[in-house]
Amino acid sequence: MVQAKSLCAALLVGVSPLALAGAATAAEVSIVSGAVGNDLQILREMLDIWQERTGHTANIVSMPPSTTDQFGQYRLWLAAGNADIDVYRVDVIWAPQLADHFLDLTEAAADVIPNHFPSIIESQTVDGKLVALPFFTDAPALYYRTDLLEKHGFEVPKTWAELTETAQAIMDAERAEGDSDIYGFVFQGAPYEGLTCNALEWVKSHGGGQIVEPDGEISVNSPNAVAALEMAASWIGTIAPEGVLSYKEEDARGVWQTGNAVFMRNWPYAYSLGNGDDSAVKGLFDVAPLPMGEGGEGSAATLGGWNLAVSKYSQNPEVAIDLALFLASEEVQKYQALNASRLPTIMSLYDDPEIAEAQPIIPQWKDIFLQAVPRPSAPTKTSYNEVSQEFWTAVHNTLSGNGSAADNLANLERNLRRLRGAGW
Amino acid sequence: MATTTASQLTRSRVRDAWLYLLPMLIVLAAVAGYPLLMTIYYGFTDATLSTAFNWDFDWVGLDNYIEYVDFGDGTGEYYGLLFDPTWINAVWNTIKFTVISVSLETVLGMAVALTLHAHFRGRGLLRTAILIPWAIPTIVSAKMWAWMLHDQFGIINDILMGLGVISSPIAWTASPDTALAAVIIVDVWKTTPFMALLILAGLQMLPGDIYEAAKVDGVHPVKVFFRVTLPLVRPALMVAVIFRALDSLRIFDLIYVLTPNNAQTRSMSVFAQENLFQFDKFYYGSAASTFLFLVIAMLVISFIKFGRLRLGD
Repeated sequence: MVQAKSLCAALLVGVSPLALAGAATAAEVSIVSGAVGNDLQILREMLDIWQERTGHTANIVSMPPSTTDQFGQYRLWLAAGNADIDVYRVDVIWAPQLADHFLDLTEAAADVIPNHFPSIIESQTVDGKLVALPFFTDAPALYYRTDLLEKHGFEVPKTWAELTETAQAIMDAERAEGDSDIYGFVFQGAPYEGLTCNALEWVKSHGGGQIVEPDGEISVNSPNAVAALEMAASWIGTIAPEGVLSYKEEDARGVWQTGNAVFMRNWPYAYSLGNGDDSAVKGLFDVAPLPMGEGGEGSAATLGGWNLAVSKYSQNPEVAIDLALFLASEEVQKYQALNASRLPTIMSLYDDPEIAEAQPIIPQWKDIFLQAVPRPSAPTKTSYNEVSQEFWTAVHNTLSGNGSAADNLANLERNLRRLRGAGW
Repeated sequence: MATTTASQLTRSRVRDAWLYLLPMLIVLAAVAGYPLLMTIYYGFTDATLSTAFNWDFDWVGLDNYIEYVDFGDGTGEYYGLLFDPTWINAVWNTIKFTVISVSLETVLGMAVALTLHAHFRGRGLLRTAILIPWAIPTIVSAKMWAWMLHDQFGIINDILMGLGVISSPIAWTASPDTALAAVIIVDVWKTTPFMALLILAGLQMLPGDIYEAAKVDGVHPVKVFFRVTLPLVRPALMVAVIFRALDSLRIFDLIYVLTPNNAQTRSMSVFAQENLFQFDKFYYGSAASTFLFLVIAMLVISFIKFGRLRLGD
């Protein structure tokens, strides 16, 4: 009986697209996306809504969480003119490098473009072509344990020095009380794009510039940058576990969410997950802007965020564009904000009372992402990935005690000059 | 009369043999020969991933290997693979990895093979069981080990701490001191069974009467091993070592999963992949791949020559 039923169901599923094809020409499109936390689950729920409304089918092709890994695969697929993938979820820094392979969405999205933050639209526009629609934006937060700070009588740190001191004091006190697994601070220290984001924040907040300035000048080898990296290197093995040198977002969140860290640097997605029912820190934490450097220009947050691009090799470009428009819509962004604490790119959602109630981080984060520091993907153009790799290698070497900050940065400057040659 | 028939027969047999081989040769040329030649060719051009497939690139000669770039202000610098510190570092990493891991695998594989060569109950079962690490796809086993070696959630640190060997967790894949060691440990775990199997096959070919003679003469087992077993099994051992050396010189998957982008473990293949697909320097990655091919070819040739190995025998 059960078998017969499931067979019927299978037949129905198998037949229904064909039946619809006659009436509404149902198409099947694929979206490829990397994921951290519950990204894919949320995406599936949203795709189900779209499928029901349009009668089309949307499949998810999942990718590893490292943006560096995703990029290599996407570049290969796009160069080969792969028609299997219709919509790509692309990092905010990729637009200049992949623009040629995506459709211009200016016309299709003309009605909704004014609703998004102009700076995000601009970041996805290459030579007047809108390469991708904003899906969500990102700016990191300093997560801190309200219970531990209160217990030991500390304020939320405003500077990196205060953070170092507070983290050390609380960690020592908690360890003395028998919690041998606790650490002071976790962040993303593995050699990959995430370390570039973290280190850019340290350097920028110390007044050390942003690696390569908008005019193309290489600014990374400065005393301020050296100070920033020396500070970060002092954390390894003291307030941060040595393993932080292999942590990406999810590793840091793993330590944090099991209650084993006082502070964490991470993106807003960790906010709703940290308040989930299976979280050991549910209701015990809050977020603040990242600390400032000594004598620097204040707090610096690296601008992140993901966007939706439609492949020009898609066999169903209209359906794919419709899907991208749906996923970038106010409805979906609100759903995503409520369920995954992802920062919307639509301005009006920051005044939405429902979002403010469920995810207080979001209205709080509006100013932070508006002032966020972009990675130097615009001035370095197609060399950005290599610049980023050179940078994170220099930082990773410094953090792991392989050469001093001054030597590694001097070396980095040489390598970047070499890379630039006569011009970016 | 008879000889003509024979040679006619031979000729027609040779012709038939070529005919039967032809499909395989065509397939080989298409899937192995053509990509190899194209890679070598791309290494002498300025092709990027977007221009490589529509032939929109130029010939640049040896520039990808060695090129002097004048900065126009009286200074200049040598560029190209031969002067690229990242590449040279990758070559050393690969050679270090190959020498250490293949040596360990040979010694351990020999020990395992000698054990399995003995007659005991359940030998068949043990032989099958020992092959499991080899049978698991590298991506899966590398990911599995990445979790086991994780500094906070990993079982290795948990066991070592429980035994009191270490006082605080070791960040195996992150620390520059242990990253290469971690990769070698996993590689040895994975490929020792393969080595053991090849050596075991060699051991089983050895004639039993020599051992009986040694036994009658009362020769010490250690002496038997070094004087009888080792010289006789050497050809099989050398083939196994060459197989493994070839394999580990092009190591990619394990490193890509276990310690991605880590300067201490970047191998030649990882370097090539980064340039081909991450940096859009298809030309440079192709040059690196060509170089990798040359390095492997040279090492194998010298290995065969100095190992006085006659593969034809």
